Amino acid sequence: MAMLSYERKYRIRGGTLLGGDLFDFWIGPYFVGFFGVTGLFFTVLGTALVIYGAAIGPTWNVWQINIAPPDISYGLKLAPLKEGGLWQIITMCALGSFGSWALREVEICRKLGIGYHVPIAFGMAIFAYFTLEVIRPFLMGAWGYGFPYGILSHLDWVSNTGYQYLHFHYNPAHMLAVTFFFTTTLALAMHGGLILSSTNPKKGETVKTPEHEDTFFRDTIGYSIGTLGVHRLGWYLALAAGFWSAVCIVISGPFWTQGWPEWWGWWLNLPVWR
Amino acid sequence: MKIVLSVAGAALALFLTIAMFGGAGWTHPPMANKQTGFRGTGMDLIRTRAGNEELAQANRAPDPADPAEASGDKASAVYENVQVLGDLSAEQFNRVMVSITEWVAPQQGCTYCHSTVNMASDELYQKRVARRMFQMTQNINANWKEKHVHGAGVTCYTCHRGNPVPANVWFDTPPAKSSRFIPRNNGQNLASANVGLTSLPYAVFDDYYASKDTPQSLVRVNATTALPESKSKPIQDAEKTFAIMITMSQALGVNCTFCHNTRSVAQWDTSTPNRVHAWYGVQMVRELNQDYMRPLTTTFPAARLGPTGDVAKISCATCHNGANKPLNGANVIDPYPELAHPTTQANLPVGEAKDPIPGTNTPTPKPPM
Repeated sequence: MAMLSYERKYRIRGGTLLGGDLFDFWIGPYFVGFFGVTGLFFTVLGTALVIYGAAIGPTWNVWQINIAPPDISYGLKLAPLKEGGLWQIITMCALGSFGSWALREVEICRKLGIGYHVPIAFGMAIFAYFTLEVIRPFLMGAWGYGFPYGILSHLDWVSNTGYQYLHFHYNPAHMLAVTFFFTTTLALAMHGGLILSSTNPKKGETVKTPEHEDTFFRDTIGYSIGTLGVHRLGWYLALAAGFWSAVCIVISGPFWTQGWPEWWGWWLNLPVWR
Repeated sequence: MKIVLSVAGAALALFLTIAMFGGAGWTHPPMANKQTGFRGTGMDLIRTRAGNEELAQANRAPDPADPAEASGDKASAVYENVQVLGDLSAEQFNRVMVSITEWVAPQQGCTYCHSTVNMASDELYQKRVARRMFQMTQNINANWKEKHVHGAGVTCYTCHRGNPVPANVWFDTPPAKSSRFIPRNNGQNLASANVGLTSLPYAVFDDYYASKDTPQSLVRVNATTALPESKSKPIQDAEKTFAIMITMSQALGVNCTFCHNTRSVAQWDTSTPNRVHAWYGVQMVRELNQDYMRPLTTTFPAARLGPTGDVAKISCATCHNGANKPLNGANVIDPYPELAHPTTQANLPVGEAKDPIPGTNTPTPKPPM
């Protein structure tokens, strides 16, 4: 693949986190790096194990393939391969590959001398996954509380785990997470719309500037967060969505065992109106 | 002004945060959990070890009284007016009387039911109710053995727990008062404790547990065909179903996945066997309310009746008291074989108990207010 004229000066060696200049090169447009190799290793191994799990399972229907975690009775021990052991190894592979990808992003940031905002954002997604599959099962005392790998089976897990607390929409952290997810999409749509509107003026007119964009929001809601600010806001909203998702599931079970509606008893019992 | 507002806001936030962390009743590991479905389905009983232990302690079965001699004169020969347990020996009969006192009226003693002047008198309404309750207990242990109570059985203590009136009974819900701004509340949005503080309809016992004639399809709101073929049930019915299910969860100290795989709650073949027990339990509750509790309405004094003048009735919580097996599943019936089967075929007058002892006074039952 041809390299753009200005790319060469950013494609410099060094800035790696581990292994000196081991794998410190590009293949075509892609930076490889130590973590590119570990990422590829975990991805291939994990995917192969999923396919193996499907092969020894009852179906090749992609909707129904299910790699389930061990029984609760295994606790935090390793389980036999066909009774949840596969799930345990695949989980390690998933974390290995997600982590490698994040660290590869860090190395690229270091080469470019830019901030770590992208790997931090991706790290929040990994943190949510890590919470679901490692932190919460660890607190609950069994790997069996992790979600299974399967298109429909993981949805069944979500449904049942929600109903373990009778009505999950009363989970306060879930409320926050859902609100942040909706707000993220709202903010992204408004931001995208604003940029498109100022760069698509009437035929014959010039493209408008951020002054127009700011003025639109000042006229509408009295305040414009600004060109850089809107990206800070978007980054924050998206990360908060992931963060509160992790919180909402880690408190369900380890720190709250009743129905979530009952949690609100503290509010109903406030001395103000009790 | 800005500073004052900031300080007030911070103080409010601090107060709410403290109330939330301190007042909500958060728990913490270690957990004592039980899997109720295939691994990875997320079907589990979620309890902390401490909470589980507390629940077990709160539901200990009392030690049964020492067995009594079966020989000797029959109770019906020794005592007057023994209608249900007359076939027992006098010693066995006295043993049951001592036990029921411990189970139902440990503070009040024998005189809670018996007139001090004449123990045989039916003067006190408590005695007439207790007689019918003996029959109810026998009915549960005999006719609902295979379907619901199994080997464990029930005694008076299963519900009463040392209280003359069991802690978890229900009355019909009076219609909500309308106010200027809320002409009606559709029987919901009160964060009622019996529906787990949800906004769901709270008068669901009236709908589902009052009558044997309740149609089995009442609780089912899911469509049974892929596309609608007729007018389907309104969303309010789904909320009632959700509400009655939450009462059941609360009553048994379990969550929805104890019985259901919620990927399709209506489907029997992916549900756990617990759901079958629960289904029969619901039929049992309806029978007990219709055949045993409701007819006692006129036997109780008005003070014991509910706000609409109805008798106290049974739900799952009445026996279960927060445990998925009442009294931790202890076998309570084997030490009391006299409560395991109906001992008298005579269907006693259930409402106005007649006074078979001439000269003792049975007050005329008052109609409900």
